[in-house]
Amino acid sequence: MATSYLLEVVTPERVVVKQEVEFTSVRSTEGSLGIMANHAPLVTTLDIGLLRFEKDGAADEMTLTGGFLEFAENKATILGNAAERPGDIDVSRAEAARQRAEKRIEEAKNGNAEIDLMRAELALKRALLRLSAGGRK
Amino acid sequence: MAGMRDIKRRIRSIKSTQQITKAMKMVAAAKLRRAQESVIQARPYAARIQDVLGRLSQGAAGVKNPLLEKREGNKVGYIIVTADRGLCGGYNGNLIRMVNNTIRGQSDVSVVCIGRKSRDFFRRIGVKIEAEFLGIGDLVTYAQAEGIANKVVQMYADGVFDEVRLVFTEFISPLTQRPRDMKLLPIEPVTSKEEQTEAQAVQPLYIYEPSAEDVLNVLLPKYVNTLIYRALLEAKASEHGARMTAMSSATDNAAEMIDKLTLSFNRARQAAITKEIAEVVGGAAALG
Repeated sequence: MATSYLLEVVTPERVVVKQEVEFTSVRSTEGSLGIMANHAPLVTTLDIGLLRFEKDGAADEMTLTGGFLEFAENKATILGNAAERPGDIDVSRAEAARQRAEKRIEEAKNGNAEIDLMRAELALKRALLRLSAGGRK
Repeated sequence: MAGMRDIKRRIRSIKSTQQITKAMKMVAAAKLRRAQESVIQARPYAARIQDVLGRLSQGAAGVKNPLLEKREGNKVGYIIVTADRGLCGGYNGNLIRMVNNTIRGQSDVSVVCIGRKSRDFFRRIGVKIEAEFLGIGDLVTYAQAEGIANKVVQMYADGVFDEVRLVFTEFISPLTQRPRDMKLLPIEPVTSKEEQTEAQAVQPLYIYEPSAEDVLNVLLPKYVNTLIYRALLEAKASEHGARMTAMSSATDNAAEMIDKLTLSFNRARQAAITKEIAEVVGGAAALG
């Protein structure tokens, strides 16, 4: 039995990752999900969260801001909206995005109907993810 | 024959035009290379999403989504992708002419214009413009496509259109571009008949999380985004390709004109010299 499989992370702009991995962990909309080789065919929607993949004991991480994961015949394809390696994250920009999002949520809660609360919350979630991933490196 | 001075002035003016067209050609070539790269890099995502959608629409038959449903009405919306600027040969004209020929005689037509050229044209002939997006720029981003797609899907949901078609110039090679008219909404199953039966035979049983319907609900808008993104990229590459070709032939034509004018300039100069000699000789003869 194969113990590794091909993982591809594709965003609209380019192919970000294409390599053999042994284990992948993602955050799906239903909760955390770990995938090893020979997993059953699966299609799932992804939440904003961290993608982690391992090969030979070495782990790599990436932030994902939603998308899909498809697994079939020992090939995993992640169609992400945006994927970044922690090293590429601009922490100050993420911090600015966090503050902006928090302010918008505050305003929306104070009854400003022009602001889309859901969008602001999603923006905050993305900013927090980038901060936590980017800050660790 | 025109005077020497006039010819000289014309040569000078054509030379400076040639310099401009030459510079534009080189700029277009550089931009074309970048645009071509992004077209190629965007292909895998589009292909994958089409794969997943194809499998999903068979595996999850009977799933309902407003973007898939055919509607009775006949309000057609055209999304037209053209450039903001001209000087690119028949690039804008060909596309606009194609749309104009199709919509002639139809009553329930409105357009969404991307790029100033189509906006100007449809405003002039008085077709209803539902939305316009100008100043896309040379580097097309996915976010731009997403913005356009959201707006169009919203209008589709609100019943502004019953059918949406996407018209753009397909990039085939730097020298060849083809106007293309494709259906955007409602979304039709993507795979052809043969592929379908083949895919069904090997169709593994997929687990859908949270459910096939939910996955489809997220996937379909994404699919629309990708189609528009691709159209924008192809159109951009085509624009630069067309401009490069147009500017290259303009430069060649200028060179040809300069050659011709130089020839007639030399002829005029020779004629003037001959005339002078004749005068001198004539004068000398009269004296003698």
